Amino acid sequence: MTTVPSPFLPTAHEAGAYRWQSLVRFLFLSLTVLLLVPVLGILGVLVVEGAPAMTPSFFLDKPSKLGAAGGIWPALVGTIWLTAVALMVALPLGVAAAIYLAEYARDNWLTRLINLAIVNLAGVPSIVHALFGVGAFVYFLGFGESILAASCTLAVMTLPVVIVATRESLQAVPKAFREACWNMGASRWQTIWNIVLPNSVSGILTGLILVVCRAVGETAPIMFTGAVFLRMVAPESVFDRTMALSFHLYTVSTQVTEVPRAIPFAVALTLILVVLSMNALAIWFRMKLRGRKKW
Amino acid sequence: MSAILFIAGIFLFIGSQGMEFAWNRLSITELLFGDRWEPTADPPRYGAWPLIAGTAWITAVAMLVAVPLSFAAAIYVGEFAKGKQREWLKVLIELLAAIPSVVWGVIGLQVMGPILQSVFGLQSGLNVLNAGIILGLMAAPIMTTIAEDALKAVPESYREAAEALGATRWQVVRKVVLAHARPGLSAAVLLGIGRAFGETIAVLMASGHRLMPPGSVFDSAATITATIAAELGEAAVDGDHYQVLFVLGLVLFLITFSINLLADWIVRGRRRA
Repeated sequence: MTTVPSPFLPTAHEAGAYRWQSLVRFLFLSLTVLLLVPVLGILGVLVVEGAPAMTPSFFLDKPSKLGAAGGIWPALVGTIWLTAVALMVALPLGVAAAIYLAEYARDNWLTRLINLAIVNLAGVPSIVHALFGVGAFVYFLGFGESILAASCTLAVMTLPVVIVATRESLQAVPKAFREACWNMGASRWQTIWNIVLPNSVSGILTGLILVVCRAVGETAPIMFTGAVFLRMVAPESVFDRTMALSFHLYTVSTQVTEVPRAIPFAVALTLILVVLSMNALAIWFRMKLRGRKKW
Repeated sequence: MSAILFIAGIFLFIGSQGMEFAWNRLSITELLFGDRWEPTADPPRYGAWPLIAGTAWITAVAMLVAVPLSFAAAIYVGEFAKGKQREWLKVLIELLAAIPSVVWGVIGLQVMGPILQSVFGLQSGLNVLNAGIILGLMAAPIMTTIAEDALKAVPESYREAAEALGATRWQVVRKVVLAHARPGLSAAVLLGIGRAFGETIAVLMASGHRLMPPGSVFDSAATITATIAAELGEAAVDGDHYQVLFVLGLVLFLITFSINLLADWIVRGRRRA
């Protein structure tokens, strides 16, 4: 009795192709994991090395011995100042630009030029922003080295992020919403203010959070525009110079000798905790937005 | 909307800022090919070749690290992964992108440096290899995102057509998706290069900052960005040294600008076709 081979069994060729596919799939997965190992590795190292130094007094004390001992209080406050002022500059400008681009601009050469400008602005190296900040804000506008100059530099750098995030969320609001509003006799601006903006608020918030992340983490743009190596007191006005977490981390790990190993790691851990929690918030916003959207 | 003018203004300003200084007693050939960068010596020498070579070496190593990793991640996330696993991978890749560059610098200095030192038995772990790996990991997330977008832009019907002919997922990816996504993938590489090029603090900390053209990946090196960052603070305002740093900034700006234009043009060209 001969068995008839089932017509549905894979041929040797097909089986080979499938084996090959699972092999490739596994290879890609392992490369992806290899890319992600550093995230967990870095977090692990930072926690192990830095966490023991993170006592309440570390956050609340002034630095001593050029940062080799003591705490990070002035840097913490300084970073908050820098970020807040940068937000105050970047957010209105960015949102206004995004509203213009998404709601008013026609698709002509000017709009294309602006879009190109935004893309390129996002790609400009941070050190070039620093040079721009030194030339434009510190000297040309006469802000001197101050929180104001540093924050303006950060704001220029983060502007593309705000614009892109806001524009995308504005464009995600369905056209029908706008048309319905126009049919009720609302003007373009009334429509934007009452319908479009409230519906895209999570997108704008996401943009805001991303700005905070960048502003907190960047070092190069503030090095020469307002950050100082050491300043014992927290800043009191936007014309003061200030310490900042990121710059402090740079100086304690490169410029100061005989820093206990735990200090840079603790500062880095602080920095990364701020940034990661901000990012988690942004991701949460996005998920919430996706869940709530009914259109 | 005045914000638009503001953006245009930034462009003009960065441009003119550099141009203003570019005409000062400086020969372009010496800047580009001179092999001594000794701005504080007497007489000062402004040959940026060591910096250009250092930048090129480090960027090349970074791309060797970033291209395989990010393309593999993009293909896996975009074509193979499903559901929860996919969401998690995307979130993790985003977190990788969120790590500030100064933290990467500390990792390069304190963790990667000693590792390289003991693995390869070197005098110093701060070298091209270290900076390249760090930069590669920094550039990889954005390359992954762009590459994944490029894969996503391939119409689903192409995939279905290939699958209907009995192709496995991998055959579909290799023969159909990758072929169609090629312009987007090259744009991803270009933008990754732009990122690696422009990174400052992490490179300054991880590369060892030695003002000599590197001869191998185990040599310390300096990049254009790191040199600006290291020297701007010491240079006297409006002095020659200060101005030459702005010229370097202009060079950087022009390079990243053309990389961005090129990437934009590649992507746009595909869309039109």
